[in-house]
Amino acid sequence: MKVLMFGWEFPPHIAGGLGTACDGLTRGLAKHRVEVLFVMPSASGDEDQRAVRIINASEVAAFETKEEARQIFDKVQFIKVTSNLIPYLGPDEFEEQVDLEREKEWNEFRISFGQKFKFSGKYGKNLMEEVMRYSLVAASIARQNQFDVIHAHDWLTYMAGIAAKRVSGKPLVIHVHATEFDRSGEDINTQVYDLEKRGMEAADRVIAVSNLTRNIIINRYHIDPVKVFAVHNAVDFSSAESRKITRGVPEKIVTFLGRITFQKGPEYFIEAAYKVLQKTQNVRFVMAGSGDMFNRAVRRVAKLGISSHFHFTGFLRGEDVRNMFAYSDVYVMPSVSEPFGISPLEAMRANVPAIISKQSGVAEVLHHAIKVDFWDVNALADAIYGLLTYPALSAMTVRCGLKEINSLKWDNAALKVKEIYESVMEKNQKKP
Amino acid sequence: MKKTLCLYFQVHQPYRLRQYRFFDIGKNHDYFDDFANKTIMARVATRCYIPANRLMLELINKYDGAFKITYSISGIALEQMEQFAPQALESFQELAKTGHVEFLSETYSHSLSSLISPRKFRDQIKVHVNAVEKHFGQKPKAFRNTELIYSDTIGEMVAGMGFATMLTEGARHILGWKSPNYIYVNALNPKLKLLLRNFRLSDDIAFRFSNKSWGDWPLTAEKYAGWIAGALEKDDIVNIFMDYESFGEHQPASSGIFDFLKAMPGMILNHTNLEIMTPSQAAAKHQPIAPLNVPYAISWADEERDISAWLGNELQQEAFNNLYKIEDLVRDSNDPDLQRDFRRLQASDHFYYMCTKFFSDGDVHKYFNPYDTPYEAFINYMNVLSDITLRASKK
Repeated sequence: MKVLMFGWEFPPHIAGGLGTACDGLTRGLAKHRVEVLFVMPSASGDEDQRAVRIINASEVAAFETKEEARQIFDKVQFIKVTSNLIPYLGPDEFEEQVDLEREKEWNEFRISFGQKFKFSGKYGKNLMEEVMRYSLVAASIARQNQFDVIHAHDWLTYMAGIAAKRVSGKPLVIHVHATEFDRSGEDINTQVYDLEKRGMEAADRVIAVSNLTRNIIINRYHIDPVKVFAVHNAVDFSSAESRKITRGVPEKIVTFLGRITFQKGPEYFIEAAYKVLQKTQNVRFVMAGSGDMFNRAVRRVAKLGISSHFHFTGFLRGEDVRNMFAYSDVYVMPSVSEPFGISPLEAMRANVPAIISKQSGVAEVLHHAIKVDFWDVNALADAIYGLLTYPALSAMTVRCGLKEINSLKWDNAALKVKEIYESVMEKNQKKP
Repeated sequence: MKKTLCLYFQVHQPYRLRQYRFFDIGKNHDYFDDFANKTIMARVATRCYIPANRLMLELINKYDGAFKITYSISGIALEQMEQFAPQALESFQELAKTGHVEFLSETYSHSLSSLISPRKFRDQIKVHVNAVEKHFGQKPKAFRNTELIYSDTIGEMVAGMGFATMLTEGARHILGWKSPNYIYVNALNPKLKLLLRNFRLSDDIAFRFSNKSWGDWPLTAEKYAGWIAGALEKDDIVNIFMDYESFGEHQPASSGIFDFLKAMPGMILNHTNLEIMTPSQAAAKHQPIAPLNVPYAISWADEERDISAWLGNELQQEAFNNLYKIEDLVRDSNDPDLQRDFRRLQASDHFYYMCTKFFSDGDVHKYFNPYDTPYEAFINYMNVLSDITLRASKK
């Protein structure tokens, strides 16, 4: 079985969890003898290609000839048209506008026969344009390669997936690692929402990283539940990570590590810290990360008068993240909405007990973490206090938690994904 | 000589804890969820205790003493009945007046004290004996420990307190090839006779009665009496021990459990070689056949029939050990409120809620559990324990 997979990033150059998840999944698929052609906008050449063949979209021309261009363009021109339409048009004006747009787009692109587009592969200002160009290149790649299924990860690649499906007629599976609601709360970017919804609608199967996300897909995007499946993310930890670290302070450390944005629930962490500090001073709280709520968080901590026991580290990466875990006695993830959430697993791997919000996908697979509603500051404070005060609690969550996270293997997740591929391939074969 | 069927029902309700946060420690000494405790007691009284007692009374009158039953009611269940369902208590008292009902003794708090503190264990039994005498006008002669927990040394302690009979589980790993359907004696003190629960025949009613995917569903009184008679072709006594709440609560009235109960004694007594007795009568009648060696504690819970449901993980052990650390302080305090709260915190149920076994098996655990996870149960209990420890230390 061969899969044409569209991603946006792949280790070692990653900005978030998406690349890591793609890496784990493709390794798992390789073990189940699924061959993966992994397309990404900008590859550096140092990616580990043992489990996948990487196709660098920056090295593929969108179309070589005028005829090819026409063929592809007829199938994929839809991409730009609807997203740029002006609202409140009558039917005639609408058609006129569509024709106009179509012609404009054609003109824009025809100069670029045989040319390659240098993608940044980042998440910058030209993101929308990159997403669109990526889909054109995708169509071309779909023409040049043989495969059985198309698999697209997150909204950035959905258009590429659709284009590949239109050109090849092969079934499309899209993989939702996060929705616009997880990124932006209720204040969503409607353009992104549209692209997501179109991806989900065009897909033969939708994979969600948790039931939480599956429900969002069904309820907020109105996708038919029968084609949406939850496949939980996994981790490939070989062993517990224990590193020696010398502490500068005698108090216990409670850590929040993540983007300081509304969705991650930093303010609940601060309020809980305040409550715990009312009862015991033998503890310090650390908020590691950056984000648009950073300044507000600092102000709130100052206003509560707990700054002497509450510390901000700014954004941490690599070694510093691992050191931070090693430094911690309790890890807290109070996310308001978290499609999956891999960081508690990393904390548990470093022998740090975790408190996670019930509004996270990872809560669906973890037994040995303490779960609270993100808004329930009292419960959160109580859980922190319990872990700090009652040694058996932290000993047991650590011991059992480690065993538990070691059983969350990508092998198993990949097998579920493979079964989903098989289900659409059969369906595809039945068609005349 | 006639063969014996012995029916004993356990009546127990714990005082469930309210949500007790750490900021309550040292400030708020109100630990119990009055609303939940009241609601549950009222519900169980309506669905089980009152209708089941009414039926039992009818049956005792109908068979003119040939139908006998046995109860053990924990002290904290009696307390809650007095508080929240006095009618239920009255109906038990009516049954006591017939003279055909035996009341067993147990630890007042339905506690696990036999596993840690002989003195606490004895104290609680004495308190319970007094409660039974007060409410039912009889002094218990037979004993059942919390969750039928038993070992050689526990049996020896019970014998030392003057009890002639004790009830426990017919655990397969203890019995091996031996049958539970005989009277045994304690390995250290042969004066103490042991009645062993026939778990298969007990669970046929308690767990399987309404299970439609069970091969023997529906269970009729006739069929069941046939099984009892079959088991007693060679053996002496079948002991059917179960939670009283099986009638009407665990097995709903709509399953026909009351009709079954109503018809059962007649079907049993139709077999002319069978009779129904209470534990003390049965123990006096039948010859014990052997001492039973139980070096490690057994119970009637889960597949393991051991104490792992209450003390199997480190959360439970930590909570348990910390609880009994303040035992002396509480006893010496002369503070009745403190002593009352300490009694209530000893109920085995609090430790059951912290069991992690149900992550893999045991729907039974989930059914009885007010907490979402054992970790929540532990945190809540430890917060309460921290407060009561402060209170005890201040005295």
